[in-house]
Amino acid sequence: MEDLNFQHKARARAGGSRKSAIIGVVASGNLEVLAERVLPDGECRLEIKTAAVGFGDVWQAVVADFVERYSPGGLKFSINDGGARPDTVSLRLAQAVRLIEEDGQ
Amino acid sequence: MTAPIKHGVQFPAERARTTSFNEASARMRLELLLDAGSFLEFIGPEQREVSPHLKIFDLPEQFDDGIVVGRGRLDGAPVLVAAQEGRFMGGAFGEVHGAKLVGLLRAAREIESIPVLILFDTGGVRLQEANAGELAIAEIMRAVMEARTAGVKVIGLIGGRSGCYGGGGLIAGCCSALAVSEPGRIAVSGPEVIETNRGVEEFDSRDRALVWRTMGGKHRRLLGAADVFTDDTVQGFRDAALRLLDVVGPYGLDKLKAEQIRLADRLRSFGACEDAVDIWTAEGIVHAEDVPELPADQFIALADNIGRTSRDAR
Amino acid sequence: MLMSIDAETRTTAATWQRHREARDARIEAGSRLARGKIVEARDATRLMEAVIRPGDRVCLEGDNQKQADLLSGALLAVDLAKVHDLHMVQSGVVLPEHLDLFDHGVAKKLDYAYSGPQSARIARMLFGGKIELGAVHTYLELFARYFIDLTPHVALIAAVSADREGNLYTGPNTEDTPTVVEATAFKDGVVIAQVNEIVDRVPRVDIPADRVHFIVKSEKPFFVEPLFTRDPAAITEGQILTAMLAIKGIYAPYGVQRLNHGIGFSTAAIELLLPTFGEKLGLKGKIATHFALNPHPALIPAIEAGWVQQIHSFGSEVGMDDYIRARSDIYFTGPDGSLRSNRAFCQTAGLYACDMFIGSTLQIDLQGNSSTVTTSRIAGFGGAPNMGADARGRRHPSEPWLKAGSEADPDSPAALRRGRKLVVQIGETFGDKNVPLFVEKLDALELAEKLKLELAPIMIYGDDVTHIVTEEGIANLLLCRNAHEREQAIRGVAGYTDVGRRRDRNAVELLRQRGVIRRPEDLGINPLDADRSMLAARSIKDLVRWSGGLYAPPSKFRNW
Repeated sequence: MEDLNFQHKARARAGGSRKSAIIGVVASGNLEVLAERVLPDGECRLEIKTAAVGFGDVWQAVVADFVERYSPGGLKFSINDGGARPDTVSLRLAQAVRLIEEDGQ
Repeated sequence: MTAPIKHGVQFPAERARTTSFNEASARMRLELLLDAGSFLEFIGPEQREVSPHLKIFDLPEQFDDGIVVGRGRLDGAPVLVAAQEGRFMGGAFGEVHGAKLVGLLRAAREIESIPVLILFDTGGVRLQEANAGELAIAEIMRAVMEARTAGVKVIGLIGGRSGCYGGGGLIAGCCSALAVSEPGRIAVSGPEVIETNRGVEEFDSRDRALVWRTMGGKHRRLLGAADVFTDDTVQGFRDAALRLLDVVGPYGLDKLKAEQIRLADRLRSFGACEDAVDIWTAEGIVHAEDVPELPADQFIALADNIGRTSRDAR
Repeated sequence: MLMSIDAETRTTAATWQRHREARDARIEAGSRLARGKIVEARDATRLMEAVIRPGDRVCLEGDNQKQADLLSGALLAVDLAKVHDLHMVQSGVVLPEHLDLFDHGVAKKLDYAYSGPQSARIARMLFGGKIELGAVHTYLELFARYFIDLTPHVALIAAVSADREGNLYTGPNTEDTPTVVEATAFKDGVVIAQVNEIVDRVPRVDIPADRVHFIVKSEKPFFVEPLFTRDPAAITEGQILTAMLAIKGIYAPYGVQRLNHGIGFSTAAIELLLPTFGEKLGLKGKIATHFALNPHPALIPAIEAGWVQQIHSFGSEVGMDDYIRARSDIYFTGPDGSLRSNRAFCQTAGLYACDMFIGSTLQIDLQGNSSTVTTSRIAGFGGAPNMGADARGRRHPSEPWLKAGSEADPDSPAALRRGRKLVVQIGETFGDKNVPLFVEKLDALELAEKLKLELAPIMIYGDDVTHIVTEEGIANLLLCRNAHEREQAIRGVAGYTDVGRRRDRNAVELLRQRGVIRRPEDLGINPLDADRSMLAARSIKDLVRWSGGLYAPPSKFRNW
């Protein structure tokens, strides 16, 4: 296992009012993303525990594009990764943002 | 064969009708099974009650340890629910996973009046925490029986991809009633375990038609091990759960004795059969070999006709 | 020039039928073991020893799917003093016995096209010098050589049934048989067929009796591998996204009606999206109407929904027989009702009469060359290079062909401009175990260096590839005007692979503005909409339901 942490400035606060959202399952090639609205509006943090060791630079690129595109200000993402491919990671992160921005709890 | 209607524009009931229970995640199953918006999770993922063992094996954890527990409403009436995530470590029971279910059942025992739905999806005990997992199975079985003794109905819903194997099969056997779908499987030893221990001549685990006619939902329904058969939709399981909650009676010594008689009868009648098809034939089904191909509605009619479930037993 | 005919040339003339005489001698030797043409299975090895000579070219029918497994076992058991150093010419090296022949010394030289399950062992044996390799071919190429310089002396083939005369019914999996028999029987070779049963009257005559010399009845039916069944339950959201991009970004704008699909999950996803996503886009009847394609179970929903008009097939697929029989409007069937497949004709159809090939690969380099070879596996080519190649001999126009041609060469006068076949590579940027699809250097090149091959085993050459589709978008290589643009277009859809991360961001942005690269959002597709609920069937069971119970999947695909 490898732990990776990324901290980014976000352009704007993520929409919606939900406190948290979870998406995905930890399985081979899959991951779970827990999004929590616990940070100041202009910040974003990702804490990753991944089964695939040695892909730090790929994660960094995926995360940078994600923050640039979705501006998830105020959100902390905790990720348990079973060795998902970058496209799956991007998709789950986007799904997590969509979920927490939905109305509801 | 569902229309590709997007989530956003579908009503929850419509989604429940078009969503495969087999394919859905544990969370999706609960969301669509219960009355819309009624689910409240206990010990949710944000509490990060993860397995204390997996880290030692350098394996990834899941924030809910592969089981979602909580409460919600079914047609307005309160229920306690537990749903296993069959894709995380095959839905296997570990220490935390098991403890969450034990806690739920003990709460039900204390409350006495709120039924429990267990959405099984498990290969059995998690190898990496085998001792804790085995203990959990024993504790859960005890907790099920204590809850039932206190008047709680405990209903098992089985239709996940990992089936209901190992200790899961034992726990299912303790429930007040079970609902099952065609892809659902119930057994203690899995196909690969049987093949490894007894040889491929005894059981070819790659012969999936054999696996399903021996352990699958249709056979379990015809054998009386499952009380209701449903099509593989979340709505189907919701309807099945409601039906079972309606018909399950109180639990006591008489019922246990009746269950013993039922099982002894079953062994006497079918113990010599070599294959599930022989059992179905012995049950009086004409063209028993066609049973696996029957669509759900025709199979349900057939199973209701055979009528092999006893309300007095279990 | 006047030639004098002397006594010596007349003597030579007298022996101008020595091939026929040799063939007759072989048949004579074999006939001692036969009653009529029928030889008992237990005598099959003695039959081989009687009719095969050392150094013969032998075609052991190993097709893509159908295997003459009884005859391959019999050949393996021959006395090496009588039969050795054979030159095997066969399209598929699929069974372990096919390679055991080389280990034992029965065979020495190999010319083939496809080696699927044996790809790792064949690589080891080539390195170890156990096999003298002629060449790895495409199907059509090997078939062509059967008629020029690789004509078999003996063909060992497989059929479903034979009558006592020797007429053969090859069943739905006719595959290569007619081609092999044509080349062998009409050039003085010997044809031996294994059959599942001997009947009074065959359901239809696929091979006439006068081309068949011996028949061996097998105890069990010949082996057929279900190669084209893709379980919809295993299709991922990423594959659905790439499939959506392909339909909206390629099928629709070019109006592709005549095509061939590869066998991967991405193309299975396309097949399952036609009746849903395709229907919503109003494309029914406008795309995907005529196929050169095996009977893919994943296409059943599209057929049932009225999308498909006609399919010609290379081979069949296990479990599809009853469905095909009941849908003869769609498939080619014989008077008996069962599928008639033919690999050579279908390959030709795919090459000349289809406007698009779309399929997956394992590696793509910066020029767009693609290969399924890795350093430890030589899978061969099969048919993809015939499908995935521009047909230079093509002369008939069609809308997609002309449009692709004009994109590639906008400046030539239209009447003199060649069209182009659309050759589309589809895949996810990372494959199994996070292995990148895009590489700076193909493993195939490394392999060619190690084995000292004159040609690297390239599946599809970069200059034939017109589009690459990944979850990152579509790269239209027809619109690239030089090698630099082409490289950046490929890097631009290579996502987070090393190749993708080394892209020139400005160059890629410019290509996007020109429509050379099209992102999902450029096509109005939200990646979050790529959901499994869009698939017309999400399980094998759904396919059975769509087929009205006619599709009978093999046991290994069932969950009921």
